[in-house]
Amino acid sequence: MKVTIDGIEIDVPKGTTILQAARMIGPKVAPPAMCYYTKLKTSGGYCRTCIVKVTKGSTANPTPMPKPVASCRTEVMDGMEVQNFTSPDLLEARKGVVEFLLINHPLDCPVCDQAGECHLQDLGYNNGSVKTRYEFKRREFDMIDIGKYIKLHMTRCIMCFRCVKVADQITNNRVHGVMHRGDAAEISTYIENVIENDFSGNVIDVCPVGALTDKTFRFKQRVWFTKPVEAHRKCDKCSGKVRLWFKGEDVLRVTARKDQWGEAEDFICNDCRFEHKRKSDWVIEGPSPISHHSVISQNQYEHLNEKEVEILKHQKALGFMNYDKRP
Amino acid sequence: MGKKLLIHNDHVPNIHTLDVYRAHGGYASVEKALKTMTPEQVTEEVKKSGLRGRGGAGFPTGLKWSFLAKPEGVPRYLVCNADESEPGTFKDRYLMERHPHALIEGMITASYALGARNSYIYIRGEYFYVHRILEKAIKEAYAAGWLGENILGTNYSLDLHMQIGAGAYICGEETALLESLEGKRGNPRIKPPFPAIAGLWGCPTVVNNVETIAAVVPIVNNGGEEYAKIGVGKSTGTKLISASGHINKPGVYELELGLPVEEFIFSEEYCGGIRNGKKLKAVVAGGSSVPILPAELILKTAKGEPRLMTYESLGDGGFITGTMLGSGGFIVMDEDTSIVKNLYTFTRFYHHESCGQCSPCREGTGWMEKILQKFINGTANESDVDLLWDIQSKIEGKTICPLGEAAAWPVAAAIRHFKQEFIDIAKKKKFDDVSHYSRLNKNVVA
Repeated sequence: MKVTIDGIEIDVPKGTTILQAARMIGPKVAPPAMCYYTKLKTSGGYCRTCIVKVTKGSTANPTPMPKPVASCRTEVMDGMEVQNFTSPDLLEARKGVVEFLLINHPLDCPVCDQAGECHLQDLGYNNGSVKTRYEFKRREFDMIDIGKYIKLHMTRCIMCFRCVKVADQITNNRVHGVMHRGDAAEISTYIENVIENDFSGNVIDVCPVGALTDKTFRFKQRVWFTKPVEAHRKCDKCSGKVRLWFKGEDVLRVTARKDQWGEAEDFICNDCRFEHKRKSDWVIEGPSPISHHSVISQNQYEHLNEKEVEILKHQKALGFMNYDKRP
Repeated sequence: MGKKLLIHNDHVPNIHTLDVYRAHGGYASVEKALKTMTPEQVTEEVKKSGLRGRGGAGFPTGLKWSFLAKPEGVPRYLVCNADESEPGTFKDRYLMERHPHALIEGMITASYALGARNSYIYIRGEYFYVHRILEKAIKEAYAAGWLGENILGTNYSLDLHMQIGAGAYICGEETALLESLEGKRGNPRIKPPFPAIAGLWGCPTVVNNVETIAAVVPIVNNGGEEYAKIGVGKSTGTKLISASGHINKPGVYELELGLPVEEFIFSEEYCGGIRNGKKLKAVVAGGSSVPILPAELILKTAKGEPRLMTYESLGDGGFITGTMLGSGGFIVMDEDTSIVKNLYTFTRFYHHESCGQCSPCREGTGWMEKILQKFINGTANESDVDLLWDIQSKIEGKTICPLGEAAAWPVAAAIRHFKQEFIDIAKKKKFDDVSHYSRLNKNVVA
C-alpha cells in the first residue's frame, strides 16, 4: 500500500498504521507519541499528540478525513495522503494537546529523576509554549507506596495507560489500574497494594514521564552524568540484554535497551534490573547508541577507542534516539 | 393537532400493563413481522421510513442496520441505549415510564430484523425506578409468550436482558456503553472497529436509542412509506421533544417533524409561551451539548426563513447561525437568564463526566470550568473570553469520543452569540444574577 506523508511516499504492508509508516520514513515526518508503544497491544489513542491530518482518505475514496486522526491507531489505506509537519493547523492543534498535557503537570524537572530522558520534556521543548496560560492550582495526588522497587508519583502522570498494559500483557497479575475518572483519574492500586512480580520493573521503562521511577536509582545521579553501556548476562527469566548506566566504575541503574523511538527492545526481569548492580555481573558489549542531540550523549565518550567511535558514528547516522527540534 | 405515533395512548389508564397495551393494538408489529415478513423486509421498511437515530446524531437507522456484519455462526446483538443523561433530555424516561411495552415491542421487532437471539436494554443508574417498571413489563411479556423460546409459535426466539448503569453520562456513548455492559470501566473505545463489526463481546452489534426502537413499531404496523409521509424532506416521522426551562408548559411533546419552532414555543398546544410574560432570550434546541441560539436565530434562520423542528432546518447555517435537533432536549431561557451562568453549569457537568482517557477532554473541560468560575466570582478579565474560545477550539475534534465536542460546542456558541455578556462581567468585575431562580434562593444560606 502506498501512503504519502508530508510529501514523501512509502510502500507499506496492509495493516500498517500511519505512525508506523511515518517511522519507516524517519524522524523527519514521524509524529511524537506519548502513549503508543509498539510492543504493547491496544496501546495508543489516548494522548492525542500523534494526531495527523488526512488530506486524502485513499485512492478509492479520496475524501479527506473531517477531523485529525490519531496516527497510532489509524491504518493506512492505499493512496492515502497525510500531513504532519507540513500542516500549520495540525501543528497548532498539537500545540493545544501539549498544552493540555502540561497544565496539570508539576514541571518539577529540576528534582525529577526522569529529567534528561523524559518524553514530555522533549515534547514540550518541541511543541510547547514558553509561557503557561494556566493560572490555577495544579492537580496533586497523595503518594502511594507500591513496594520496594518502584516509586509511583502520580502527580507527574499523563495517563498514557502504558503501565496498565504492561501489567496486563507482560506480567502474570495486574494489581494496579485506573481509579476515578476525568481529571481525578489516577493510576493506583485497589486498596493499597504492592506491585511485585518478576516483570513489574518494566512499568518504569514504559513510563514516558517521571511518574514511575526506580527506587534503587532515585536521587542517585542526574541521568546526563551517567554513561549508558550495552551489556548482557545469562538469565533464565528474560533475554538478559540490558543497558547499564555507569558513574565511574559503579553501575547506578539497569534498564531495558531503548530503540530510536525510546521504546524497550526487550522487556527485562526484575532480577536483572534491581539485583545485579555490579560490573562483574555483566558482559559489557560497548557504548549505547544515543543521539548526539540527547543531553545524555554530552561529554561521555571522549575516552573511546577508534572502533567504538566508528560504531557510535554509524549509530548516530541511523538516527537513534533522535529528538531533533522540528519546524 | 399533530399526528402521534409513540405516545398516542397517553390518556389510557394502565397503558403500562400488557393487557391494556394489547387491547389498544399493542404487539401487532411483532405479529406482523414474525408471521408475514422476513427480517430483510423489516429492515427494508425501516430504510423506506427514513427514520433517523433519535439519540442525537440523527444517523439513518435503516442504513445503520444494513452495516451490521453477519458472519456465519457469530451471534449478533441489539442493544438499546437507555442511558439518557444529556441535561435537558428526558423523553426516553417518559416513554419507558408510561409505555414500557412500546419499547419491548420495538425491541422484539428490531431484534427479529437484525437476527439477534439476545438483546439488551442498558439503562442509566439514576433511572432505577424505570428499571423496575421495565422489569415488570418484561416479566409480563415473558409470561404471555412475547419473549423467550419460539415466539408466537414461529422458530424465532429472543431473550431480553436489562442492565443498569452506575450513573455515568459517558456510558451513553455507544462504545463506552458496550464496555460497561461487558462489566468493564465505561471508557469509549477507539474506533474503528465500529460496533457494527465488533461490538458487544467482539460480536456485531447495533446500538439504538429508546425512541428509535419504539419508532420501529409504527413503521412496521403502517409501512415505511406511510411513516415517511410525515415530516419534511429527510426529517421524517414524529419526534419526542422534552421541553424545559422558562415556559408555561414544560413537558414531553410528540410532534411531527417540520413544526415551526415559533409554534412549538408559543402555541397553547405545546410549550404555551414564556412564563410570567417575559421575553424569549435563547434556546438550546437539542440537549445541553448543541449550540445555544439567541431568540432571533432560533425563530428564523439567517436567511429569514421560519425555523422548523427538523434536522435540516435547525442545522441551517452550520454552527455560525444554526444548531442541531440533537436528542430533542429543548431548553428555553427567558430574558433574565444569564448565559454565562448557564454555560458554567453545562461546563461543570462535562468536566464532571469526562472519562479521563484522552488529554484534551480530561484537562480542557476542567480548565474551562475554572475560567467560567472566575466569571461567576466576578474576577475574570476580558482576555479570559479569548482564552475560553481558544481552549474549546483545541478540544473540539481532537478527542476519542464526541464528549469533547459536547463540551466545546456550548462554550463556542455562548461566546459566538453572547460575547458581550462575558465582557460586561469582566469589565464590571461583578456578576449580577437576576434570574428567577437566584431570586428564589436569595435568602438561602449556601
